[in-house]
Amino acid sequence: MFVRLSAALAALCLLSAPVFAQDGAKPTDPQIAHIAYTAGQLDIEAAKQALAKSKNKEVRDFADQMVLDHTEVNKQALALVKKLKVKPEDNDTSRSLTKQAAAKRDELAKLNDGAFDKAYVANEVAYHNTVNAALESTLIPSASNPELKSLLQTGLKIFQGHQQHAEHVAADVK
Amino acid sequence: MLSMLLQMSNRDDVRAMTPGRIIFAAAIAFALLSVPASAETIQVTMDKLVFAPAEVNAKVGDTIEWINKDALVHTATARNGEWDVNIPASQRGQIGLKKAGAVDYYCKLHPNMKGRVVVAPD
Repeated sequence: MFVRLSAALAALCLLSAPVFAQDGAKPTDPQIAHIAYTAGQLDIEAAKQALAKSKNKEVRDFADQMVLDHTEVNKQALALVKKLKVKPEDNDTSRSLTKQAAAKRDELAKLNDGAFDKAYVANEVAYHNTVNAALESTLIPSASNPELKSLLQTGLKIFQGHQQHAEHVAADVK
Repeated sequence: MLSMLLQMSNRDDVRAMTPGRIIFAAAIAFALLSVPASAETIQVTMDKLVFAPAEVNAKVGDTIEWINKDALVHTATARNGEWDVNIPASQRGQIGLKKAGAVDYYCKLHPNMKGRVVVAPD
């Protein structure tokens, strides 16, 4: 288990900055809830930046959908943690996700028009890919509460859909 | 339409119809024959990003009704461009099948959702 988790985390580190590296420690349910919620909020913020900057209809439609879908998933996540009386707990993974997203937002802020669209959508593909890999290899297997696990599994399907949608948009804004 | 025709045939003056009216009645009867007598509505649910059943068999004239049980907007978009239905969260959407053939479709917003409609000629 430890080896498999470490291997999965190592693979994630190759995809992006070492956001999900936690010395191989298995995250707890309160930490998992916090990571999943944070990942959603960060994508909503990225979408809001795109809505403020982009003039491309396809990019704006995608960003609108990200706001709607992630808001809905996070609404369900909040309702679940309330029901389960789990208090989401800040952790290194949430913190590095937030830090990395802030850096990306600053980088994107300097771009305009086509260059912005391309960079935003490329980052959406990469971001969903990273989060999905983390859900699949670490967060879902580590979740001990079955309802939390089930919500994460549905979330994974939604985010895999987003990743494919982002790939289609990326091909169009090239 | 059908009940009107039945009422007509039950009336005593049917035998007294003029040739023009007979042709008219025949045309209606023909039109009724060419419309499938048992057009069905086939339901497909969208639940947790899955079309169920993923594949349905239908015939020309049938209607496909998608029932979106998710709290997200989905679409049923034919890959051949024949139809594109937007189905808001917790709502339904329909399409009438006009052409025979197999149509693969997906959700434009979550392309990992895939389905297929096989339409037989009437």
